[in-house]
Amino acid sequence: MRLPHVILLFWVLAALAAPLLGMSPDEIQLEKILAYPDVHAWLGYDDLGRDILARLLAGAGVSLTVAVAVTAVTIAFGTMMGLLGGYFGGWPDRLLIHVTDVFLAFPGILLAIAFAAVLGPGLDNLILALCLTSWVGYARLTRAQALSLRGRQHVLAAQSLGASTSRILLRHVLPLLAAPLLVEMTFSVASLVIAEASLSFLGLGIQAPHASWGSMLRDGVRYLLVAPHYVLAAGLSLMSLVLAVNVIGDRLRDQLST
Amino acid sequence: MSRFLHRVAGTALTMFGVLLLTFLLVHLVPGDPVEVMLGESATGADRNALRADLGLDQPLPVQFTDYLAKLSHGNFGSSIHSHAPIAGLLAERLPATARLALLSLSLALLVGIPLGIAAALWQNRWPDRLATFSSLTLSAMPHFWLGPLLMLVFALWLGWLPVSGMESPAAILLPALTLACGLTAILTRMTRASLLDVLNEDFVRTARAKGLPERTVILRHAMRAALLPVVTVVGLQLGSLLAGAVITETVFGWEGVGRLLVESIEKRDYPLTQACVLVIALIYMLVNLCTDLLYSRIDPRIRFTA
Repeated sequence: MRLPHVILLFWVLAALAAPLLGMSPDEIQLEKILAYPDVHAWLGYDDLGRDILARLLAGAGVSLTVAVAVTAVTIAFGTMMGLLGGYFGGWPDRLLIHVTDVFLAFPGILLAIAFAAVLGPGLDNLILALCLTSWVGYARLTRAQALSLRGRQHVLAAQSLGASTSRILLRHVLPLLAAPLLVEMTFSVASLVIAEASLSFLGLGIQAPHASWGSMLRDGVRYLLVAPHYVLAAGLSLMSLVLAVNVIGDRLRDQLST
Repeated sequence: MSRFLHRVAGTALTMFGVLLLTFLLVHLVPGDPVEVMLGESATGADRNALRADLGLDQPLPVQFTDYLAKLSHGNFGSSIHSHAPIAGLLAERLPATARLALLSLSLALLVGIPLGIAAALWQNRWPDRLATFSSLTLSAMPHFWLGPLLMLVFALWLGWLPVSGMESPAAILLPALTLACGLTAILTRMTRASLLDVLNEDFVRTARAKGLPERTVILRHAMRAALLPVVTVVGLQLGSLLAGAVITETVFGWEGVGRLLVESIEKRDYPLTQACVLVIALIYMLVNLCTDLLYSRIDPRIRFTA
């Protein structure tokens, strides 16, 4: 257990345990607006006098829910598309390349912003917008790997033994993809956490009164001059989680590539 | 030449896909887009007028060809909110975003490349560790967190720079710095990795064996080869600057295209949203195309095999 694992575990446990702790992230205390930390709220109060720590823990839940849900959908869909394109080649492959090229022509989070903007705010639309844009990375990765794996000896051996295509893909190609997919998944979780916060920051994600790190940062920036502790608490939480996941991904990549 | 044509044709095909996708955006609106845009208080006549104006009463293929025909004349339609032509709004806001992007790109190049060289030359010693640590940290800092942090330090605590807005000429520094940090981190990592690769090459050993001073070996021989992959990254990252500008301009109240996009979303001005997304994507694609063509001109290995 190194520090990054501890941080990740902390946020996962926080997200799972937050509803059980009996904290009240939505309770408004007007006399405590933007107050500095005290014994009841260790990180102080936000612009409506709500406990920042309680909202951070609730926000961790939102962040991780979005990351896990989007990852589950996109890794399955993206891998399937990539396998079909890379293994079979021909027109399905060319189609896949052209479609992914179009998605990749929108820099960064721009396309997710556009989708979220037209779909409207809310948790389910946020997840949908991120699903529509994040499968591309998995598809391109799987395609490139499947393309090089389909000429491998063990695949040719399975083909000449008369194994069915689905058996070859599932038993002989997919297991060799596990390592690169795992690394890609780790980095993708980190970027999804940032993406969720970005969309919520722009007001396209979770709506009030529910807490999200992105919307907390937006409010925090608004009251930056009077209550810097608000923006610092939300920003440091986000950064610690993203940094932890990225470091874990880096180590995983080094271990799996040797 | 064939490589050139192939690349241009590929970009044209992708551009068609981009146009189709941005066109379809309005049709992804759940329910009736006209109702969403005008709100519930609008009269039936207003709705029908807007629907006819946007061509939403036509079949999809007709709408798409109309969209393309108008775009080919530089006509992006007009804003639903202000009724101003969108092309004019974009032309008004683009220079501000361009200034911001170019300043942050220059900052990142000026800091990132020397830092990467230092990290490669002192591999695994403190300059390298410092560069690696800072680029890892910066990559975990999205613009909407780094921006406020810089505001706190430079505007609030030190009082050197304005918090936000565009009034004073110094106001560009904080948003530019925000955008530049992430790019600097990437450039440092790329320069370091690329220079380390090149330093093991035969031509570097030859240059040293000739007795050239180390300075000349690094700057004249190794760096020229090492900068090639960096050029590609700069092209790709200019796109992330444009996307990052959406958030950064919002944080700092910088009136560029990114801010225009966010305003259009808040006002449910879908034609304007569509146009902003399209323009940013098109600029990104053109920059990538240019980088790719430039790359093949400066790398003799690609130039002579083509």
